[in-house]
Amino acid sequence: MKLKVIDELVERSLNGDKLSIARLISMVEGADEYAPYVMEKIFPHSGKAYYIGVTGPPGVGKSTTVDRLIATLCKNQYSVGVIAVDPSSPFSGGALLGDRIRMHVQHDKMDVFMRSMSSGRVMGGLARTTKEASRILDACGKQVIIIETVGVGQSELDIAEATDTVVVILTPESGDSIQIMKAGLMEIADIFVINKADRPGAEDIFLSIQGMLGRTLLKRDWDPLIFLTSAANNQGIEALYEGIWSHYRYLQQNSKLEERRKRQLSQELRSQIENEFAQILWKDVLKKKDLCRIVDDLWQRRADPQNMARKIVEELLADFGQSGRLRKGS
Amino acid sequence: MDRKIKVVIAKLGLDIHWRGVYLVAQYLKEAGMDVVYLGNKFPAEIVEAAIEEDADVVGLSSLSGNHLSLGPIVVDMLREKGLHNVQVFMGGVMPPEHAKRLEKEFGIQKVYLPDTPMEEIISGISTAVKNARLTGPVSYEIKSD
Repeated sequence: MKLKVIDELVERSLNGDKLSIARLISMVEGADEYAPYVMEKIFPHSGKAYYIGVTGPPGVGKSTTVDRLIATLCKNQYSVGVIAVDPSSPFSGGALLGDRIRMHVQHDKMDVFMRSMSSGRVMGGLARTTKEASRILDACGKQVIIIETVGVGQSELDIAEATDTVVVILTPESGDSIQIMKAGLMEIADIFVINKADRPGAEDIFLSIQGMLGRTLLKRDWDPLIFLTSAANNQGIEALYEGIWSHYRYLQQNSKLEERRKRQLSQELRSQIENEFAQILWKDVLKKKDLCRIVDDLWQRRADPQNMARKIVEELLADFGQSGRLRKGS
Repeated sequence: MDRKIKVVIAKLGLDIHWRGVYLVAQYLKEAGMDVVYLGNKFPAEIVEAAIEEDADVVGLSSLSGNHLSLGPIVVDMLREKGLHNVQVFMGGVMPPEHAKRLEKEFGIQKVYLPDTPMEEIISGISTAVKNARLTGPVSYEIKSD
């Protein structure tokens, strides 16, 4: 019965009904028990859109830049989906999502669906949820998907795994070249943007990024582009827009896009397998073990964690060999 | 499905007073809700955000006298678009009799006037959302059999 309701939601979403699309996203976001069923229905319709990731430190103007890109995309008759991720409080789990403040979408003239997400709300990892949510938008007819996250640590790697083109935004105040090298943004960027370029120091950071890109052992056949913009003043956006599409055209040559997406799918499959295994392990297998007693052994220094873990896994595998499968439950 | 409460909160129209709305947003966040803050927005944009965000609650801050003109429009537009489950709350400065009218005649769930304890706002929102989720129309809210 419930599957029928979901079938109808999916049907209406594919026809562009915003309420239904919003509800489907909520389901994958909250790791609803029917979320896998939703993705089963949605996935075959996805894979047509162009995925752009936008990341960078807080306060560099990501949302403003995205707002300008949306306007430019819409002017060129594209329909756009946006997923904007903001961090959530590690204490309350709540979040203040402020990306929409900068967004000025004229809904009568522009075909845009924008969704805010808190990083803590996404069960099963940021990468998985943003991917699934953007696939829903893709399947429902959005031609360009923009995923925006704050680049502090893991999230920029996740965005690289979920998108075709990664845009890293910095400002003249983003620090010297060592700071940027530390941040791990160098490896994932296809395009650099130095926003707020009307401020002093823009030229310096431009040169230091250019210099660093030249001094690397990484073999790349795409040379990352660097753009100077001032998004709030709508300057440099057209050039950035063209730059993004030039990366897309590059991807389309020699089936680079296919290569990149296959690599991402294989990575996704791997982590999903690990995820499934972990769930089975914790839910069905290890609950039989007396973990408290084992921890006590560790505490008393009768065993060490590394060898204990190995012993447990070996026992499980022996079990597996006997029964032909991991014995569930009892 | 036990989802976190999602609140879309905005300063209504051209209202520039930000302290109250920031404070409420901050407290709701600390109460574990996801708060989407829109800044200054007019009813059409607020409703659009509520649709896309799959919001449980719309919160409107009004201190400039537009509560009776713009507040009811938000409620009407939400219902028109099929969002029958979204609870609309208001906060700000207005004559208490206006607040009563908004609640009685215009479908505002509750108006919180100055000096309302924050706990009252948090529990008011939580309770309204819980009730709405229990009684919401089946066509939109997915229910287990």
